[in-house]
Order: sequence, then C-alpha cells, then structure tokens
Amino acid sequence: MNNKFKFFRRYTARLALLYALIFCASTLFLFLFFYHFTASAMTAQVDATIDNEINLLAARYERGGVEGMAQLIAARVRRQQAQATGEWIYLLTTAAFRPLVGNLNQWPRSATADAGRIEFDLLVDSNSGERHLARARIFDLRGNYRLLVGQDVKQLTEAKRRIVQALTWGSAIMLVLAFAGGSVMSRRAVRKIERINQTARSIMSGDLSRRVPLTSDQDDFDQVAENLNRMLDRIQRLMEDIRRVSDNIAHDLRTPLARLRQRLEQARRDSESDSDSAGHLEHAIREADSLLSTFNALLRIARIEAGQVASEFTVVDVSGLVRDAAEFYEPLAEEKRQVLETAVEPGVEARGDRDLMFQALANVIENALKYAPPQSVIRVSMARLRADAVLTVADHGPGIPPELRERVFRRFFRLDQSRSSSGNGLGLSLVQAAVELHGGTVELEDNHPGLKVIIQLPLGGN
Amino acid sequence: MRILIIEDDAATAAYIKKGLGEAGHAADIATRGDDGLHLAREENYHALIIDRMLPQLDGLSLIAKLRAAGDKTPALILSALGEVGERVAGLRAGGDDYLPKPFAFSELLARIEALTRRPTAAAPQTKLTVGDLEMDLLARAVTRGGKNIALQPREFRLLEYLMRHSNQVVTRTMLLENVWDYHFDPQTNVIDVHISRLRGKIDKHFDAPLLNTVRGAGYMLREQQV
Repeated sequence: MNNKFKFFRRYTARLALLYALIFCASTLFLFLFFYHFTASAMTAQVDATIDNEINLLAARYERGGVEGMAQLIAARVRRQQAQATGEWIYLLTTAAFRPLVGNLNQWPRSATADAGRIEFDLLVDSNSGERHLARARIFDLRGNYRLLVGQDVKQLTEAKRRIVQALTWGSAIMLVLAFAGGSVMSRRAVRKIERINQTARSIMSGDLSRRVPLTSDQDDFDQVAENLNRMLDRIQRLMEDIRRVSDNIAHDLRTPLARLRQRLEQARRDSESDSDSAGHLEHAIREADSLLSTFNALLRIARIEAGQVASEFTVVDVSGLVRDAAEFYEPLAEEKRQVLETAVEPGVEARGDRDLMFQALANVIENALKYAPPQSVIRVSMARLRADAVLTVADHGPGIPPELRERVFRRFFRLDQSRSSSGNGLGLSLVQAAVELHGGTVELEDNHPGLKVIIQLPLGGN
Repeated sequence: MRILIIEDDAATAAYIKKGLGEAGHAADIATRGDDGLHLAREENYHALIIDRMLPQLDGLSLIAKLRAAGDKTPALILSALGEVGERVAGLRAGGDDYLPKPFAFSELLARIEALTRRPTAAAPQTKLTVGDLEMDLLARAVTRGGKNIALQPREFRLLEYLMRHSNQVVTRTMLLENVWDYHFDPQTNVIDVHISRLRGKIDKHFDAPLLNTVRGAGYMLREQQV
C-alpha cells in the first residue's frame, strides 16, 4: 500500500514537473519573440526620426550649402540647450574629423565607417561620467565634410530594460504557477487512478459487487471507469452463470447420485443373508461415495473460490491447529512406520476459517504420508515470519519435478498418469483455494530429496 | 420413537422413513414447511428431521418458530448446503445437529439416536461404566477389570465420547466433530487407526471385546451379551 503511494507521489511529481517545463519553455519562447519584436520596432522608430531630421538638413544643404546647414545645426543645438533637453546629437566635421559645429566634442571613436548607422557610448556629463547609449547616422559630404546626426536613446534602453525585467519576473511567477498547476492537475488524475485501483483491490479480495465510482466530469478517466464497470458487470454475470451451473450440478446430478446410494444401501440391508451380493453392493456404495466426494470437493472449491466463506472468519489459534493436525495423523504415520516430527512456534494466531485451514493442512500431511517411504521422516513445522504464519510440511518421498509443480494445483491433475492410486486429484486444488481465500500462498520446493510444501498465511486474514 | 420427517423430496423422505421403520421407529412425513410446522405443533414427536429448502416455509424459519413457541423437540437439519457458515446458521436457528446431504442412512440414524438420548446426562457424572470398563472423570483414570489403563489425552477424550454414547452407533464424522472438534473430510482411514490403537489398549488382553465395528456405519462400545 505504502509503496504504491510512493510510486504515485513520484508519478505526480514527475507529471507536474513535465507540465511546468513544457509550459515554461513555451512561455519563454513567447516572451523572447515579444521582446525581439518590440525592441526592433522601437529602434526602427528612432531610426525613422533620425532619417527625417537628416532629410531636413539635406534640404538646407541643397539650398544653402555647408554654411546654410551649419547655421541650421547651430540653431538647433542652441534651441535644444535653451530647452535643456539633450535628446538630439549633431556634429559636422572636416574630412580629417575636426569639429566645425555641433553639440558633440569629437567624432566618436567607434564610428569608423564612412556612412551608415552606428551606436556609440555618449558621455552626457563629464563630471559624473554618466554615459548613455546613442544611435546615429553618419554621412560623408562629397569627401570634404562629415556629418553625424543622432539621438540619445536612454529612454529606449530604459524601456528595453523594463521589458526584460517585467518578463523575468513574469517568467518566475509563471514557473511557480505552472508547477503548482501541474501538481494540482496530476494529483487530480492520480486520485482518479487511485480510485480505480482501490476498487480493483477490493474486487480482488472477493467483493465482486464493487464498482468504480463515476464523477460528473465525463472525462477520459470516467470513460475508463465506465468501461471497467461494464467489464465487471459482464464478469459478474458470467460468474453467476457458472455458480448457477454448479448449483445445478449440485442438485441435478448430486441428488440422483445420492438416491442411487440410498437404494444401494437399502439393497445391502435387505440382502444381509446373501454375503456375495452384499459384497458387490458394499463395493458399489464405495464407488458412489467416491463419486459423491469428488462432487463435494469440486463444489467446495468453487464455493471457496467465489469467496463465499470469507464472512465467517474468526481468530484461529494456528499453533494449536498445527499441533492438532500433527497429533491427529501421528498414529497413521506410526502404522506406516514413518516418523512425524513437529516444530511449532507457540502463540501464533491468524484470522481465518478454522475448519478450512485444518482441511488444507490435513490434505498436505495426507499427501506426505501417502508418498513418503517407510522409516522416513516427515517434518511439520510452523513459525511466524514477519506478518505471516509459515507452515511447512517436508517429506522424503519421490517429490515433484520442477516443471510440474505449477500443474499439480490444477483440478484433476495427477502425477500418476495411470490414475491407479487412490485420490481424486483435487486435494492440492482445495489447498490452494483455501490458502488463497486467506490471502496466503502455497509453494512447492525440493526437499533434497522429496517435497517441501510451504504455506504462508497472513496473520491479519485478508 | 416417533419421528417427523419434513422433506420435499419424496424419494429421500420414503427412504428415511423405511430405514427408521427397520430400526424400530415410527415416522410421519410432511412435504411442505407449513404442513411440517403444523404437524410438529399438534403431535408429540421425539425428534424432527428437517430439510432446509422447503416449499412455503424454509427449514430454518420453521425451527425458529418452534423454538420461539417453547418447543424443545430435538431437531436435525438436513441440507445440501454443507459449508461451515451454513452449519453455523442452522445451529443458531435452533437446530440440534446438522447433516449435509448426501448422507449415509447409518449416519442419520446414529445422530438421531444420539440426539434423543442427550437429556439423560443432566446431572454431572464423575464416573462412566461399560461392563468392567470404568472411567473416573475426576482422576482422569481408566481401569478395566481393576487393571489400570494408561491413555494419551486424546485417547481419553475418544474413549469418553464412546462411553457416553455406549450401546449407540457412533460414526466417524461424529467422532471427528466431537473428539477432534474439526469439520473436515480426511481422505484416509486415520480414524480407524485411532480406534484400533484404543482397541489395543482396552480390549487386547481381555476376553470380551467392548469396542465393536459396525459395518458400513461406524463403531459401538457395548458390553458383550453372552
């Protein structure tokens, strides 16, 4: 149970992380695209404004030559200084970069090209050393002069910085939200899976009437649940059919058999004097009894497997039960000159059906007594191992080849293919059904030589 | 004894009636639950044999009604439902014994006879005697003809049960249920081995055997009629 939960927790975390990562990657991509688009649009705006100013200056140059343009530049610089704004940058120099007019002391060092757009660091305040980024366009005026027109793009830089800042915070919040959202979503999903799982567990423990509860969401999980429920309905119907058939076998086949037996018994009583026919009748009664006991065993296994007995579970003194079984079979072992050894841990109790547990152990011990040779030791032991009672019956008989160990639990399977030995081939099937009803397991191992049957029964019942 | 058989299967009812007749008991048959209840109330029977699945009124309700009315006639329940849970339900409803179908007639007869004798052991007994075999329940000692016989605890319980039901047929299933207290089907003759062991202790060096095998039925402890 705990392990399953751990798995689900891990699964939840993994799902949430994956969800968050995918969400963040797509958001980041979106943010980058948005930043790039905005920044280039703002730069293009600045460039367009600069181009506009250049066109104005160019028009003056056409009319008034360099002097006219220089006058206009000087006027612009003056006006800007008067308004105490420092947005525009102008510089007109000779071909040898000697400044003629403008508000820039010298040609920027980074502007080595002859013409085109440049970006450079602008010293705004020589005292504080404050520098801004500036964007400008430079011209070579017929080889004699050089013109630079630009703008201080401090605001643009600031705006870009703000955008980056906003996007960074946005991403961080998004990451947290995505992870939280992912956890909530995946936990919801896992809870739905767990509900299906829980139902499956209680069905496996015998309550076939349980169904997966549906939600009003009508989602994929509900569809899975609905299909599962429909499948369970069908299985239940089939099981009920089988049960009805076995009940019919019980009545329609067992009843005439029982009557046959009654008549035979009657006939034997009537023919007490005639010892010959009494012997035949005795034999016929034994045959009828063996048929009936096979029927009974089959029906009993079917009822146990249907889990109909589990409601009668009580606390069983397993230690006492194993001792009783060993004591019960001890005279039989002695008669066959075998030694029945016991090693039973005292005080072990488990929830279960006392008679069924005894029957299972009796079947295993009877098998051992049947197959073990004279003078050999048959060891019956029981000890607590963690939350289980472990019952072991070990003999030194012929054993069971490993490849057949699974098959001996099947109904009517017999190692003796000629079927000449006694028994109906249902003993171990009954053992398995009884043990599984208690939530336990039966295993067969090699006893070097012989067979070791190990039954594990959980102490808490199922 | 007068015995009422409440059983809807005519063949089984007739078979039981015939068998009881041979054993010297008179029997009436009712094929429906309500008829059975009516007869059981009107007439005075020594024992009732009741099938569980009956038309009109099922066997368990029938017994419950009788018991509610203060009728303590011993009742044996016959049923195809042989599981422990069903058996417990039958005994809780007020049945005195439960025999799963199919059954051997000898088993049914032995159980009916055991049921009708039960009330005699009302006063606590400290000593059981069958012929020259004596059992002191307080000292947990057994003697035969004055000679001490050492018994294992389980052998003691086996002999005690046989002595309490002396001159009665005791079946193997009855021994399993009452001496070992487990309801199960051994596939071997292990009960016979227990009996022969006990026989070796109480009968071996004596002339008249007390522990007899009843062919096709079980065992009986009785003093040999000479």
